[in-house]
Amino acid sequence: MSQFDVTGTRARSGWHDWLMTETPRSRRQARIGSFYQGWLTLRRNPMAMFGLSILVFLVLLAIFAPLLAPKDPYAQDLGARLLPLGSEGYPLGSDSLGRDILSRLIYGARITLYIVALVALIAPIVGLFVGTVAGYAGGWVDTILMRITDIFLAFPRLVLALAFVAALGAGIENAIIAISLTAWPPYARIARAETLTIRKADYIAAVRLQGAGPLRIITKHIWPLCISSLIVRVTLDMAGIILAAAGLGFLGLGAQPPSPEWGAMISEGRRFILDHWWVATMPGLAIFIVSLAFNLLGDGMRDVLDPKDAGK
Amino acid sequence: MTDTTEQREARHPSRLLAALRKIGATLGQIAFTMVGLLFVTFVIGRVMPIDPVIAVVGERATQAQYQAAYEAMGLDQPLFVQFIQYIWDVMRGDFGMSLLNARPVAEDIARVFPATLELATLGTIIGVAIGVPLGVLAAVKRGTWIDQTARVVALIGYSMPIFWLGLVGLLIFYGILGWVGGPGRVGIFYVDVVPSVTGMILVDSALDGNWTVFRNALSHIVLPASLLGYYSLAYISRMTRSFMLEQLSSEYIITARVKGLSERAVIWRHAFRNIRVQLITVVALSYAGLLEGSVLTEIIFAWPGIGSYITTALLSADMNAVLGGTVVVGLVFVCLNVFSDLLYKFLDPRAE
Repeated sequence: MSQFDVTGTRARSGWHDWLMTETPRSRRQARIGSFYQGWLTLRRNPMAMFGLSILVFLVLLAIFAPLLAPKDPYAQDLGARLLPLGSEGYPLGSDSLGRDILSRLIYGARITLYIVALVALIAPIVGLFVGTVAGYAGGWVDTILMRITDIFLAFPRLVLALAFVAALGAGIENAIIAISLTAWPPYARIARAETLTIRKADYIAAVRLQGAGPLRIITKHIWPLCISSLIVRVTLDMAGIILAAAGLGFLGLGAQPPSPEWGAMISEGRRFILDHWWVATMPGLAIFIVSLAFNLLGDGMRDVLDPKDAGK
Repeated sequence: MTDTTEQREARHPSRLLAALRKIGATLGQIAFTMVGLLFVTFVIGRVMPIDPVIAVVGERATQAQYQAAYEAMGLDQPLFVQFIQYIWDVMRGDFGMSLLNARPVAEDIARVFPATLELATLGTIIGVAIGVPLGVLAAVKRGTWIDQTARVVALIGYSMPIFWLGLVGLLIFYGILGWVGGPGRVGIFYVDVVPSVTGMILVDSALDGNWTVFRNALSHIVLPASLLGYYSLAYISRMTRSFMLEQLSSEYIITARVKGLSERAVIWRHAFRNIRVQLITVVALSYAGLLEGSVLTEIIFAWPGIGSYITTALLSADMNAVLGGTVVVGLVFVCLNVFSDLLYKFLDPRAE
């Protein structure tokens, strides 16, 4: 790549050279550089970029919700109940308590992101921990940990999440815990598979000869190499997480009213579906668009980070 | 477990014995998974914030009554003994009494499960009938608009909240167009008209020869089954496509083409024949997925299946019913997984 810069076919900034260099001067530069090259590949995938822009929009929406929402998402106005789409001051109509659906959707983006972010942190970390320990330790530790993983995989996820919520009680935090508890096993499997291929590598033997203990080897030398396959899986899983959270919310087991969680909003609007269809339809569209965006981005990320599966 | 095949064969020269050993190992694995599954539900039942004794004797029970019930339920035993007792109960098909209607949970589940089975089966049939040809077509016409359409159809299926799609479907096809029956399994006038033999109303009404009920039931099931079918279609068509692509790029396909076989023969007689076993595995998995997916669908369509049962029980804190339902769904799930695994091993010699 760097010879292009020398011939000067295109004027490049110093930043670009620094990022694309084949002789990075520090580990950090190499890392950022490879990240940048991945980004360049991802940028060529229009569907992935479409998904990414929806998600960026969603994040901005969530951050600036107080500025963007036209009304207070909790403010009831019984005089303005069930207004149709395009009503004055209620672009997406109002719900049965006269609350502005658009404002509730905007605030709901915060809840959705909160759930997704936490599950996407907890589940892979648990899985990474279990998987790398099992893979590195081997023997009976491996057998026990992987058997436990299999048991969790054997449960249908939603039903297990339901049972956990039943035990923990309804609520958004418990929904997050329940979804995480059902989501970690695939990560453990991936992390274990990666560990098994890395474990016997020469550089691990070298580190061990230098006196590094298992903890240091796992955290400093195995974890970094597992990250990229976990990230792909997380991105592909996010849509499922959103759908699971919305499902729990819909059943009344996740976020509780009057919280503007999208699944709970569908549940509230369900009673009016035949006469006032927009109340339940709008939050459903929001869920659909966001999970579609995650799926599109996930597909693109897989092509970048995991080229061996590309095109499948 | 780390033995190589040679070592094993050296110790057990008889192939029959080796096969038996393998079956034994598989059974052991299933048993282990099931005990683990029961352990999880046992723990969930123990950490419940609801006091099971109060749930039985009521809040105004005297201390003595409470103590008697406490001992009668075996709660004074060590946890380990309680767990063994729990496994024993489940093995005898005893999930305890429902706190809501004071009937054995197992009876309730036996009553509601066929409804779910009926829905998931019809959904899988729809998913296979459309998904497999779609996947094959997408692979054959790779890169064309057909492939792209199939991709988008699957992507939408993966991204759509199933309960919302159910609501919108109900709104359009029942509320506006009036093409299908509304929620429930049959119209109110047809409830309990045909005797329940299998618990599946389509089968029962057909057995009874009562085609009015059959048609009515069909009009009620067609929408939820199609929606579930769409979900399994999304998964099945993607998997079919990728299996087919793998076959179509192999050398024997080139040979078949060079021999001058028609394209149809190449695709169906050669390539498709080789993915059948893999497809059965996928269908079994998606069937298991539909049993789960039906939880939310059943709520939308007021379908009296196991999903509705678990959720209703959950909202009224009927813990025996929740755990019983979870165990049953979990066991079916495990069985389907094992079944697809075994099928793959026995039908495909390459898996050895």
